[in-house]
Amino acid sequence: MNSWPFVVAAYAIAIGLTAALLILSFASMRRAEAAADALSRK
Amino acid sequence: MHALANPARFLRFARPATAWLLLAGLAIAIAGMAAGLTLTPPDYLQGETVRIMYIHVPSAWLGMAGWAGIAAASFSQLVWRHPLAAIGGRAVAPVGATFAAICLITGSIWGRPTWGTWWEWDGRLTSMLVLFFLYLGYIALAAAEQERGGQGRIAAIYGLAGAVNLPIIHYSVLWWRTLHQGESIGLTGSTIDTSILWPLPLTLIGFTCLFGAAVLIRMRAELAQAKIEARIRRMGTP
Repeated sequence: MNSWPFVVAAYAIAIGLTAALLILSFASMRRAEAAADALSRK
Repeated sequence: MHALANPARFLRFARPATAWLLLAGLAIAIAGMAAGLTLTPPDYLQGETVRIMYIHVPSAWLGMAGWAGIAAASFSQLVWRHPLAAIGGRAVAPVGATFAAICLITGSIWGRPTWGTWWEWDGRLTSMLVLFFLYLGYIALAAAEQERGGQGRIAAIYGLAGAVNLPIIHYSVLWWRTLHQGESIGLTGSTIDTSILWPLPLTLIGFTCLFGAAVLIRMRAELAQAKIEARIRRMGTP
């Protein structure tokens, strides 16, 4: 059995989920910090 | 820990730490994964699938470390009423859940060519799945408590009680000798040959840095959100 497809699938899932976690967290942080700054300038 | 109890002081530390952890984590994790995919020999029994170890082991460690972090934050909240403890617990939970999910999925993919099955109700696999569900429960409980204006004490008690699962996961391979292999990496040494093992510390350190960065990012988002809510409340007060 060629085992490379299993290796590639495992890495793709690990990298994809980690990247999604970091990108979504970063986006929500930027949004919240920008809103907090805008509100404190009012 | 207590020195960072002040949110302003915490943010002065968190802003540069986030960038450093993110950059170091990306560089070290990419180097470790590249080394694991290209520079190590295949295992004499498992062949190429042994390379899944470089992502599976760090995700298992971080899934468990995440809950240890929740338990420590819960203890700190209940005993010392640390002002950032509840925020810390809420920030760690989705990150730990993600790594627990990565551990379960990559383990399942590794299991198919190695054991001939995607899943088995083995002690290690089942206790790890329980950890993932504990994370989901904590996330739902903490969100519900926050929405109702609670202090997060119920979630903190749940966080402490859930820590019982950590030694069960750790010792599961000794208590129930079923499908999952026994302990191959311990504090005193490893049964894995060095020629295969060496990239593992790199991915362990790299993903741990990314885990830390994600937690700090989520804590900063929570603090900014709390600032917005406090400001809106003040604006609404006549």
